[in-house]
Amino acid sequence: MTELRYSKDHEYVALDGDLATLGISDYAQSQLGDIVFIELPEVGKKVAKGKEIAVIESVKAASEVYSPVSGEVVEVNPELGEAPALVNDDPLGRGWLIKVRVSDPGECASLMDDAAYSSFLKTI
Amino acid sequence: MTELDVATAAPPALARLPLDAVHRRLGARMAPFAGYEMPLQYEQGIVAETLHTRRLASLFDVSHMGQAILAGARAARALESLTPADLASLSPERTRYTQLLNENGGILDDLLVTRLPGVEERLLLVVNASRKQADFALIRAALPQFDFNPLDRALLALQGPRAASVLGALLPGAEDLPFMGWRAFDFGGAPLFVSRSGYTGEDGFELSLRAEHAEDLARLLLSYEDVAPAGLGARDALRLEAGLPLYGHDLDETTDPVEAGLGWSIGKRRRVEGGFPGFERIRLALEQGPARRRVGLEPQSKAPLREGAELSARDGEAVGHVTSGGFSPTLQRPIAMGYVASNDAKLGATLSAPLRDKRVDVTVAALPFVPHRYFKTPAGKDAR
Repeated sequence: MTELRYSKDHEYVALDGDLATLGISDYAQSQLGDIVFIELPEVGKKVAKGKEIAVIESVKAASEVYSPVSGEVVEVNPELGEAPALVNDDPLGRGWLIKVRVSDPGECASLMDDAAYSSFLKTI
Repeated sequence: MTELDVATAAPPALARLPLDAVHRRLGARMAPFAGYEMPLQYEQGIVAETLHTRRLASLFDVSHMGQAILAGARAARALESLTPADLASLSPERTRYTQLLNENGGILDDLLVTRLPGVEERLLLVVNASRKQADFALIRAALPQFDFNPLDRALLALQGPRAASVLGALLPGAEDLPFMGWRAFDFGGAPLFVSRSGYTGEDGFELSLRAEHAEDLARLLLSYEDVAPAGLGARDALRLEAGLPLYGHDLDETTDPVEAGLGWSIGKRRRVEGGFPGFERIRLALEQGPARRRVGLEPQSKAPLREGAELSARDGEAVGHVTSGGFSPTLQRPIAMGYVASNDAKLGATLSAPLRDKRVDVTVAALPFVPHRYFKTPAGKDAR
């Protein structure tokens, strides 16, 4: 199990070599409430740190997800089309969003580890 | 993520509901709405709370809404000068839905009016939270010869097919109230106003009582196995499924009751006599049909369409816009409502709307999306 890193926008990255699995944190899914649709990017799309990579629709509203890293999308979670609520049920596991081949693994260094993210949540 | 900032930023000047502590103990996520900190949802979430309401019964706190009494001889006739409903014929202990109108027939607010029992003519008004200050100022200014008193009472809504059996167990006789009927009951020595109404499309009641007794009533109702708390999120999903317009979204000062599909609430006598603001525009709309109509919309997409989305006809011409849109927990698909030019508003017509960088087809649909299940008094019983 690789260590998770979090952005201040509540996305997480699990980096394994240069392959990053991206999703939203448990806090983020609980704040969004029931998720009913997720618009994911296409495989091959170039993503840049801080740019929109997905849109999550809850019952109430649409929320943009920003990429915490730069690179190229190599896989999107195929289960989310039929079962977007997986992001509510298991955000760090089966509810991952996309996998990105990162162009600069060093970008992850600026993200928060578990302890720092927990402290950050207490300030919200 | 973006939406989170909105949900977590709590401006300081928000008012708290009388049952604020109860909501927090029940695990509510609070959100600002119309100047109040309101329970958006509880731990079950909006989908489960919506489904529970359709299957059993849910308790909603709607104490943010405005309640007031207008009293004096011929008060109902006087209130007709601001609204298009036939209020003069309203029997004691009956409720009618109407709107406050501006000079153009635009809707300033929608409200429920109940004629209270007793010798003195007294009307109980329930108005939207976001409009109550403006409504009360308008009524005071327009009808200065009447007593007008806002009530400091909590308002709870018990909604769903089990609402009547639960409330009837607590207040015998409540289960026999007709739809849009009203009665004052005794609750621990305090008057409890019970109205058989609501805004979910289900059978149900709105319960008005002094704030200091509201917690006891809420606890009692929640002690029934069939009853669960539900928040503003479920209330919004339920009313959209039921095709009911929400003020500030589907109704505002630029919409009149006819195009809003509320012509049924304009009294027969009033259509002839007039005597309410905007009568000319409304009379024309009734005679010739309105230029645009509020309709149901079914996006042919998995993603919901949201308020504000522009609607186009096949030739690309702009023909309307979405005023409420979301995901229906009951139907498990996106639903919406909005205003569409009457020529393009035929049932089954295909329109289109932008959804981020794509366009989606949108089918004009009948309202409600989920059939109403209001209480019908059994044949042979007096429904007045």
